[in-house]
Amino acid sequence: MTDSGPSPRLSARESRRPARAYLDAASSEPLHPAAREVLVEALDAGWADPARLYHEGRTARLLLDNAREVIADALGARPDEVRFTSSGTTAVHAGVTAIAAARRRAGVRVVHSAVEHSAVLHAAAVAGEPDEVGVDRLGRVDLAAFADAVGRPGVALAALQSANHEVGTRQPVAQAAEVCTASGVPLLVDAAASVARDNVPPGWSALTASAHKWGGPAGVGVLAVRKPVRLLPRWPVEEREDGLSPGHPDVPAVLAAAAALQARRSEAAELDARHRDWVAGLRKRIAADVPDVELTGDPDDRLPHVLTFSCLYVDGEALVTALDAEGFAVSSGSACTASTLRPSHVLAAMGVLTHGNVRVSLGRTTTYDEVDRFGSVLPGLVRRIRAEAGL
Amino acid sequence: MSSQDDGDDVALELDCRGMLCPLPVITLARRISEVEVGERIAVLADDPAASADIPAWCRMQAHTLLESTADRYLVERTH
Repeated sequence: MTDSGPSPRLSARESRRPARAYLDAASSEPLHPAAREVLVEALDAGWADPARLYHEGRTARLLLDNAREVIADALGARPDEVRFTSSGTTAVHAGVTAIAAARRRAGVRVVHSAVEHSAVLHAAAVAGEPDEVGVDRLGRVDLAAFADAVGRPGVALAALQSANHEVGTRQPVAQAAEVCTASGVPLLVDAAASVARDNVPPGWSALTASAHKWGGPAGVGVLAVRKPVRLLPRWPVEEREDGLSPGHPDVPAVLAAAAALQARRSEAAELDARHRDWVAGLRKRIAADVPDVELTGDPDDRLPHVLTFSCLYVDGEALVTALDAEGFAVSSGSACTASTLRPSHVLAAMGVLTHGNVRVSLGRTTTYDEVDRFGSVLPGLVRRIRAEAGL
Repeated sequence: MSSQDDGDDVALELDCRGMLCPLPVITLARRISEVEVGERIAVLADDPAASADIPAWCRMQAHTLLESTADRYLVERTH
């Protein structure tokens, strides 16, 4: 390498930038160290086709079965109830559409809360007739209305998330499951937001999750379906994953996902206490230091790591960009940050302010200093953006 | 000025059509003091966020949203 050619200058450039603080764990977490180790080993050991009967194929099959056992154990499922898909979204799509198709004779309505992930909303629209149930100001589903919708005839299935991915509010899954059982309606629980942090209440018929939300690799989704629940995939069916996820599975990634989930669940209690404490502190601080702010979601019965708020008169895109320039990675549900220019359907359904919205979510490597610095920097940025708007 | 066909007594009408969030709410906040307490402002806004944000603003600032129909919001200044 010569002096005249381009050369890496990362350290020099980085030194002029503020330290990065990744506070968007609810979108994706970096690979867990336990997953990295397993992934590298499995790339060499688990590359062959697990459907083949020779040594290399059987080795891959063993790794896949091992991952299935680990993930089933973490979810409170049986190994033969767990299928791997190519993402959390495909798990939702496959689960909703295949269950609805098998229940065609019972009905076509798909009952779901108004604050489900867009994967559920899209799948419900394709699978049948969506029947949306409203939420309260905290984002929690109206259980009486949910029970009423599930109890009427013509329901193919119901879907309810374990906790909301945008505002952190936990949903009454156990009660929803009782209602569904009483009506003989299968319940799909999208547990993507909570699996690494909370036990999913029992009573679900199908459960979906996504590995990159818990520090596994992207490209691994989980669809667990209880044995008596019938499935009728409406796409070309092959033998792999009971026809629910066609094609050669990414065995190394699946095994790494299992390793990450196991590691995360062993750390969950410690992370829960830490994140709950930091989020509660930051919540109080923002309420005190930022005028005209609306803190959203349930302050107590919530995911430990998520804090969402909306600042009156502030452009959400401007705030996310200003925070990024200060080193913070956060997401926003404001319309101006979405390609559709529509605000988050979650915030709109809750009836809370949608502009000037920021979601902070803590990961396993988040430090107190990062959270503290966020609390120090935010009020000045909000003030500056409001001043630029003439307020 | 009371020019609405539906008989509302509207003291001020703000045409915020074509504005994106948060501009309709900023406009409403800036100009609410131009009407007396108890008087009404009509806001015309077609930004999709306005249907969530104008009611939320009224709640947060303790003004009264009397009605919202399509792209029109009727707000009473209460303090």
